[in-house]
Amino acid sequence: MSDVTSSAFQARGAARPRRDIGIRKRYAAERRFRAYGVTAILVGVFFLAVLLWTVISNGYTAFQQTVITLPITFAESVIDPKNERAQNPAKLMAANYPLLVRDALIKELGIDPNDRTKVKLATDMVSASSRTQLRDIVVANPSVIGTTMSVALLAEGNIDSANKGQIDLTADEANRKVKNQQLAWMDQLRQKGDLTKEFNTGLFTYGASSRPEAAGIGVAALGSFYMMLIVLVLALPIGVAASIYLEEFAPKNKFTDLIEVNINNLAAVPSIVYGLLGLAIFINFAGLPRSASLVGGLVLTLMTLPTIIIATRAALKAVPPSIRSAALGLGASKMQTIFHHVLPLAMPGILTGTIIGLAHALGETAPLLLIGMVAFVVDYPGSPLEPSTALPVQIYMWANEAERAFVERTSGAIMVLLAFLIVMNLGAILLRRRFERRW
Amino acid sequence: MNMMTEAAVEKALDQKMTAAPYKMIGKDVSVYYGEKRALFDVNLNIRENTVTALIGPSGCGKSTFLRTLNRMNDTIDHCRVTGKITLDTDDIYDPQIDVVELRARVGMVFQKPNPFPKTIWENVAYGPKIHGLARSKADLDVIVEQSLQKAGLFNEVKDRLHEAGTGLSGGQQQRLCIARAIAVSPEVILMDEPCSALDPIATAKVEELIHELRANFTIVIVTHSMQQAARVSQRTAMFHLGHLVEENDTDKMFTNPDDQRTQDYIMGRFG
Repeated sequence: MSDVTSSAFQARGAARPRRDIGIRKRYAAERRFRAYGVTAILVGVFFLAVLLWTVISNGYTAFQQTVITLPITFAESVIDPKNERAQNPAKLMAANYPLLVRDALIKELGIDPNDRTKVKLATDMVSASSRTQLRDIVVANPSVIGTTMSVALLAEGNIDSANKGQIDLTADEANRKVKNQQLAWMDQLRQKGDLTKEFNTGLFTYGASSRPEAAGIGVAALGSFYMMLIVLVLALPIGVAASIYLEEFAPKNKFTDLIEVNINNLAAVPSIVYGLLGLAIFINFAGLPRSASLVGGLVLTLMTLPTIIIATRAALKAVPPSIRSAALGLGASKMQTIFHHVLPLAMPGILTGTIIGLAHALGETAPLLLIGMVAFVVDYPGSPLEPSTALPVQIYMWANEAERAFVERTSGAIMVLLAFLIVMNLGAILLRRRFERRW
Repeated sequence: MNMMTEAAVEKALDQKMTAAPYKMIGKDVSVYYGEKRALFDVNLNIRENTVTALIGPSGCGKSTFLRTLNRMNDTIDHCRVTGKITLDTDDIYDPQIDVVELRARVGMVFQKPNPFPKTIWENVAYGPKIHGLARSKADLDVIVEQSLQKAGLFNEVKDRLHEAGTGLSGGQQQRLCIARAIAVSPEVILMDEPCSALDPIATAKVEELIHELRANFTIVIVTHSMQQAARVSQRTAMFHLGHLVEENDTDKMFTNPDDQRTQDYIMGRFG
C-alpha cells in the first residue's frame, strides 16, 4: 500500500515541470521593498524626534517664570499724598506705583538712594508690569494703603532668562543685557529666598504684551476656542447635510458631478485664498468687524467644509449596501433608512473627519492674517465680535519678537498648540472606538 | 401508518395549493437597466399560500423579476420596469401606491444574511415600529416573540434577545432576517437565494421553516439548487436569458417538463 503511494508520488515528482520563477530573486525583491519601507519610517521618526526635541528643549522653560518677592510698603505719601481717594477714586489709578517697587528694592538690596545708576539697574530687574499689578491690589482693596505686604513681582524678561541660565555670562558686560551688579543682586535675593522660579500661570492667562514676562496665550486661546465653536456649529451640520444629500438623494448627472469635482478641488485650495475671500465677503461686503473671531470662524468653516464633506461621503459610502437593502426591504422610507441605519454606522467616520478638520482649522494661520486677526490684543474678547487673535497667530507674532524670553515662549505656545491637537486626535480615536460597530 | 397519513395530507395540501387563487399577477413585465434589457415580457402569476421557486442559470433575470415584485428595483439608478404587476387587485406600479406600504405587504429576505448591527430584539422590532403595528413596548415584545417563534429561532435566542444580532451564526442570522420580515405581517415573502450562504444543516432548517411558513404566507424563492426547488416549492418557474421558459407544478417540472430547455437545465446540460 505504502509502496503504491510512494511510487505514485515519485512518478508525479518526476513528471513535475521545471518552473523558472526566480524564487530567490523574488524574495530578494521583497526584502528590498521591506527595507525601503523601514527606511522611510525611520526617516519620518527621526524628523519627528528632531521637531519635538527642538520645540521641547527650547520651550519647556517657558512654563516657569522667575518671581521676585518683595515686601512692598503701600505708603500713603506715595499713592495718595493729599488723601483725595474718597472723593476721587481715579487718583488710585494714576498713582506712582513704580516708586513703591523702587523703595522696596532700595531697602531690600541696601542701595544708596542717591546712586541713580544703581537704582536704575535695580528697578530694571522687576517687570514694568508690576505697576498694574500693584495698582490692581490697591484698587481692589484700598485698605492696604499704609501697610506693608509681601508681593510676588514678575522678574524682567532678561533677568528671567539669566536666572534660567540662558544668557551667555562669558560675554563682555557691555554687550550683555544683564549686568554684573544685577547678577550679584540676583544671588543676594536668591539666598534670601526672594528670587524663585514659579510655575508660569501667566503664560496661559495673559494677553499680548511687548514684555515677554507679561505675555501669554490667554486671549489667543479664547479666540481659537470661539472659532472652533463656530466651525463646529456651522461646518458639522452643513457638511453632513450636504454629504447626505449628495450621496443619497442627489441625481447622478453632470451638475452633481461638477459639484463633486469642485468640492474635491476646494479641499486643496490654499488657505490664504479663503482669507482673501473672507476679507472680501465678510468684512468688506457684509461689514463684520475686523479681527473678530466670528469672521475667523466663518473663514475656517468655509475651509473645513470640503474636508468634512469628503470624510462624511466616504463614511456613508462605506456602509454596506446590504444594510440599506434590509431597511428598504422592510418598508423603511429613504429618510428612515438613512437616519436609523446608515448614519449611525457612518458616525465614527464622520466624527473622525470632523475632528481632523477642526484640528486642521485650529492650526491654520494664513487666512487669519488677512482678516486682521494678527493683532496686539491685551484684553480678553467678551464675545466673538470683539478683536482677538488665535493660537497659531500668537506663535507667529512671538516668533517675530527679538527678546530671548520670547524664543522659549514661542516654543512653549507651540507645545500648548500641539497638546490641543493631540487631545483632539485622541478624542477622534476614542470616539471611533466607542461608536464602531461590526457588521 | 401514521407517516403515511401525514404524507397523504401533505399531498392533498399540495394539490390544493396548486389550485390556489393568484396572489400576484405579472403581465408583460420587462425590465431595462439603462439600455440593457434584462426581462422580456414575462407573464408569471404567483399563487396564494404557495411556494413558487424561480430557477434558471445565472443572469437569467430571476432575481430581477423577484425584485420587481416589491419594487426593490426602484433603488437602482437607470432601472425601468414596464408591464403590469398586481398584488390582489392593486397595481403595484401605480403612482398612487406607496412603495413603503407595498414593501410592508411584500417582505424580502436576501441572499446574504443582513441583520442590522443592533440587538436581536431591535432587529425584529424595527419593522413593526416604523409601520406603527404596536402601541407599546409590551406589544412589541409580543410581536418579537411570535415572529421569532414562527422563524423557529426563539428557543435558541430567548436568553440573549438584547445581544447583537450579528453575533449569531450564519443560519441563525438568516432565520433572524426571516423573523424580521414576518414581524411586519407581510402577505408575500420574497427570498433571494436565502440558503446560498449557509451550510447544509442551516439550509435544512431554513427549508423546513419555508415549508411551515407556507400556511400563512405566499412565498417566492429564487434558488440555484434544483434539489431545493424540488423540496420546498409547489410551483416552479424557469427563466432563461430574460425570458420565462416554463411555469408548472414542481412535480411535473422535475419529471416531465414541457420545454426542452427546462429538461436540459434540470439535467445539468447547461447553466
